[in-house]
Amino acid sequence: MCFMAGSTLASPTASAAALAGAAAPPRHLSPGGEAWRRFRRHRLAVAGAAILLLLILVVALGPLVWPVPINDIDFAAQLAGPSWAHPLGTDDLGQDLLARMLYGGRISLAVGLMAMLVAVIAGTIIGAVAGMSRGSIDMALMWLTDLFLSLPALPLLLLLIYLFRDPLKHAVGPQLGVFLLIVVVIGGFRWMPVARLVRAQFLSLREKEFVEAARALGATRWRLVVRHILPNSLGPVIVAATIDVAAAIIAEATLSFLGLGFPPDIPTWGRILFDAKDYLDIAPHWALFAGAAIFLTVLSINYVGDGLRDALDPRKVI
Amino acid sequence: MTSYLLRRLMIALPSLLGISLVLFTVLALAPGDPFGDLASNPNVPPEVAAALRAKFGLDDPVWLRYLHWLLAMLHGDWGFSFVSRVDVDRLILQRLPVTLLVIGASQVVALLIALPVGVFAATRPYSLFDQVANTLAFIGFSLPTFFTGILFILFFSIYLHWLPFVFKTDLSATGWRWYWEEFRQAAMPVAVLGLFQGAAWTRFVRSAVLDVVRLDYVTTARAKGLAEPVVVTKHIVRNALIPVVTLVALQMPAVFGGAIITEQIFRVPGIGSLLISSILANDTPVIMAVTFVFACLVILFNLAADVLYGWLDPRIAYR
Amino acid sequence: MNEHQLRELLAAVKAGRVTRRAFVRRMVGLGLTAPFAGVLLSHAGVAAEPAAFQYKPKKAGGGGGLKLLYWQAPTLLNPHFAVGTKDQEGSRIFYEPLAGWNADATLEPVLAAEIPDIENGGVSKDGTTVTWKLKQGVKWHDGRPFTADDVVFNWEYAADPATAATTIGSYQDIKVEKVDDFTVRVHFKQPTPLWADPFVGTAGMIIPKHLFEAYKGAKSRDAQTNLKPVGTGPYRFTEFNPGDLVRGKRNPDYHLPNRPFFDTVEMKGGGDAVSAARAVIQTGEYDYAWNLQVEDEILQRFEKDPSAKGRVEIYESGNIEQILLNSTDPWTEVDGERSSIKTKHPLLSDPAVGHALALLVDRAAVQKYIYGRTGIATGNFINNPPKFVSKNTHWEFSVDKANEVLEQAGWKRGADGIRAKDGKRLKFVFQTSINGPRQKNQAIVKQACQKAGIEMELKSVTASVYFSSDVANPDTYTKFYCDIQMYTTTMTTPDPGRFMRQFLSSEVATKANKWQGRNIARWRNADFDAAFNAADGELDPVKRAALFIKMNDLVVNGPAVIPDVYRPRVSGISRQLKTNLSGWDNDVWDLRNWYRET
Repeated sequence: MCFMAGSTLASPTASAAALAGAAAPPRHLSPGGEAWRRFRRHRLAVAGAAILLLLILVVALGPLVWPVPINDIDFAAQLAGPSWAHPLGTDDLGQDLLARMLYGGRISLAVGLMAMLVAVIAGTIIGAVAGMSRGSIDMALMWLTDLFLSLPALPLLLLLIYLFRDPLKHAVGPQLGVFLLIVVVIGGFRWMPVARLVRAQFLSLREKEFVEAARALGATRWRLVVRHILPNSLGPVIVAATIDVAAAIIAEATLSFLGLGFPPDIPTWGRILFDAKDYLDIAPHWALFAGAAIFLTVLSINYVGDGLRDALDPRKVI
Repeated sequence: MTSYLLRRLMIALPSLLGISLVLFTVLALAPGDPFGDLASNPNVPPEVAAALRAKFGLDDPVWLRYLHWLLAMLHGDWGFSFVSRVDVDRLILQRLPVTLLVIGASQVVALLIALPVGVFAATRPYSLFDQVANTLAFIGFSLPTFFTGILFILFFSIYLHWLPFVFKTDLSATGWRWYWEEFRQAAMPVAVLGLFQGAAWTRFVRSAVLDVVRLDYVTTARAKGLAEPVVVTKHIVRNALIPVVTLVALQMPAVFGGAIITEQIFRVPGIGSLLISSILANDTPVIMAVTFVFACLVILFNLAADVLYGWLDPRIAYR
Repeated sequence: MNEHQLRELLAAVKAGRVTRRAFVRRMVGLGLTAPFAGVLLSHAGVAAEPAAFQYKPKKAGGGGGLKLLYWQAPTLLNPHFAVGTKDQEGSRIFYEPLAGWNADATLEPVLAAEIPDIENGGVSKDGTTVTWKLKQGVKWHDGRPFTADDVVFNWEYAADPATAATTIGSYQDIKVEKVDDFTVRVHFKQPTPLWADPFVGTAGMIIPKHLFEAYKGAKSRDAQTNLKPVGTGPYRFTEFNPGDLVRGKRNPDYHLPNRPFFDTVEMKGGGDAVSAARAVIQTGEYDYAWNLQVEDEILQRFEKDPSAKGRVEIYESGNIEQILLNSTDPWTEVDGERSSIKTKHPLLSDPAVGHALALLVDRAAVQKYIYGRTGIATGNFINNPPKFVSKNTHWEFSVDKANEVLEQAGWKRGADGIRAKDGKRLKFVFQTSINGPRQKNQAIVKQACQKAGIEMELKSVTASVYFSSDVANPDTYTKFYCDIQMYTTTMTTPDPGRFMRQFLSSEVATKANKWQGRNIARWRNADFDAAFNAADGELDPVKRAALFIKMNDLVVNGPAVIPDVYRPRVSGISRQLKTNLSGWDNDVWDLRNWYRET
């Protein structure tokens, strides 16, 4: 088994020795199994997945291990730095930051991931349909995209929230209702770049030889898209996804600042960052941990994304 | 291609009208009353607010108001601000130069950072440079602008006393000194925005170049003996540019729309802060005018991007 | 405090045992306004103290530029269209009223030659006319002379409903006649002890007749001078970018000698309060910052830095942060209306609950940890002399007492720790506007309530929505679609009567009057109404004051309202700048007297 001269190795841990080892008789794996195998070899991706899982576990189970209440006001311990009693310090009302980070982390991570999924899925579908079809459907979808791009976010947000907040509260309860509304709203404003990127990729990829070859072999349109074109256009989508997670976490904080999101006493990470911004020179620890948490989330998702892309790319040799 | 272009241009006008109708309806339906301040002021009797509403035609049905607005726009009358009692186009023109300067410069900075760094990182994947660039990029876009803005202010203004942090549109210096002062006060907002944008774009450029760099024709070019810089510029970058063009086209209208948070933090009197204060005060004519121009720019730049795709990748065919 | 105690207090002021300022502060805490307190004092014959401010520079000009930073920028420069303080402040740089209110709540003449009162015949004995003598030799910025015609014109302009002036409330019910070129007489429909409203202070700035005459009524929006003010003030107009910047330059013909000190003045708007404080105190980029609604913790840290270039100045004003309790039920809809007067609040109609809530507001903590110097727990200042401590206005914070009160009234703790009675749980929704200190205030109240077995859900609404009166919006403070809400009541007019209308039965905000009624708490009390009607016709200011205080006690004991902290105004000032600030008028009411010490 030889490898193409000059091709870039997908992962730094891949080496000639590993390649030589792969000279054994090829096993037949399903595409999914193949992708998983490749993913596993990508060390950073695995590390990223591990960190993400750890974050999720910590945030889900943490309050059981650290049962300090999040809104215990204690003025004597205002703005205290990290200590045994308060491992991450306290804020200006003396509330324990570790408890607040754990509590808010559930919401931030959930909002970030779900809003990103909404944006990516909606954007990919619309971009793919527009990219594959021609003429009027493409134009209609692009008009829709242009419309959403021109809409000013704020008045629309206000309108949606006033229209749907109470019905949602009645239907699924206050917490879940607000959560759903925020996820839809944030995701709903970020699908457009994904759609345009996917469409651009489709326009370019659908003329390529491998697609022509597949078509000549009798592949249906559906198979063309799902099996051939889509995996190759995922590059920018994955980058957009990681950026969207960070943007969603921060957008939630902005919404809360405007009174449209979660109530102000819910300590989501973005909200903690926002509350801490005026105290940067007085109590930097307050903002530091929230910022670091968002950074870690983004980092890990991105490495997972890198791994995914390399795993799905059919031109990979490993 | 030209027939495609002509078709798109012809459709641009009705699609713009369609967008303006939706915009207008959303604004009309959104809660908020431009004269709310008056009505809640105990000194002002309700007849005053009612008189103002009648004067500005706020009690007419939505479609009638839309028609009024459309006719006025066609005459070049962009409307009259409820809040400032000034013509809207005057308000916008007052803020346009600063917006173009600060926001425009930040986009240029972002591009100047993203292209070289992204390409370089992608041609040496997982090297030290790449790792460092990636980490910095992650930090860059996971920290919101309100945070980095304050960080910069704390460091450069308050701690080091190097740069002023309140933006002044009326610098009194002249000649070289004026340029220097303008640079000093624009440095931080431009840097905050440019780095945030550049961080995201670096990742896209890197990903796009990575996709291309493995392809056969790159290998061929190298095998032909072409120097690496030539391979990079003539073969790799041009073909990797499609996602980049998409993004830049998406971002260009935002230069007009300003950057709300950065403008707020540094007190840059741009169109972004005009928009947010109009939204909060329910000053509909201003919001309509700004979003309408924004919509025009969106349609224009997306069309330009579509045309560019055809030039960058000749295999793309529009039918 | 009854009428007798009030007269004794006045006597104490006259004898010098209590300062004028302390008296004014006390009256404000009892629900009166500062100008009304001033009326009481002048009625009692307490001489006005001479102004303590001394202007030192010996010549006009040469002071360089004065830079003011407002975190809300003016959008209009016509004082009669001003919506909010920022527009008034912008206009006040160029325009002047006949008189302004100084820090002691005394009138100081600006365009008037002297302050009218009963002794000099300016105020008629029956209280229905006031005669103003105007200063002579005053010129508008374009050189034309200022005369009585301009004053009369301002009345016509503002009183015309077609002009849609926001100052109309002060000019609607009066008649102004010109007596001669430098004298005007104002006629009130009925005896008005608070005559110092038209042409005084924030609503009293005078615009020139010769430039606005052609733009009365419906054409008022078209006047060029709306954007290029021509006034009589210490600075002349240079430039205006709405929402951003106002600039002026020194007026060489100003009608007071050796003033103003500065050559140019610039008022920049936008941004937030914290960075405004930084710009003045830490970097010195600006000389003055307005309305620093910032936690005192942060302000103190700025000030304590040895390289600080500015300081914070805190001065009295009439703002009280209050918590309103809803008398009606916001969770039941009657005829398409929530919080309808046809309902009663299931929990708050039990006075014990209201009393418990009043005991659960930890004002001391709110003052100490949030507002600091910028928020003073109400009730603390009536300590001295002891016989004036009204038992009605004595506040305490006690979770134990609150628990007792609730226990005794039959509210027993359930399994979840929340008290209930007859199947009704003590759960409230508490709303306010978005504002850092307010959210912290809410958090403190919530925690105390939890300890007493009351569940509190917090809600915050963006300020421009909360304070709007949009009929379609459910989150406005007038709709009051929740149980408890908090905001600052300001005394925008000199007459406490207008302020007290907020609790009159006939002023209840309902769907029928599009929620424009002033009585947002929907509180109805026959004793209060009777006292209000009695006060309306009362001529003796002391008796009237006593009635107002009684009304205030009724409201506070209902309780319809829980006063939280009293909020003085806070400004940031550069070290060398000398200003003369007053909480009863605009910040720049005395801009002509500002100077910089070298």
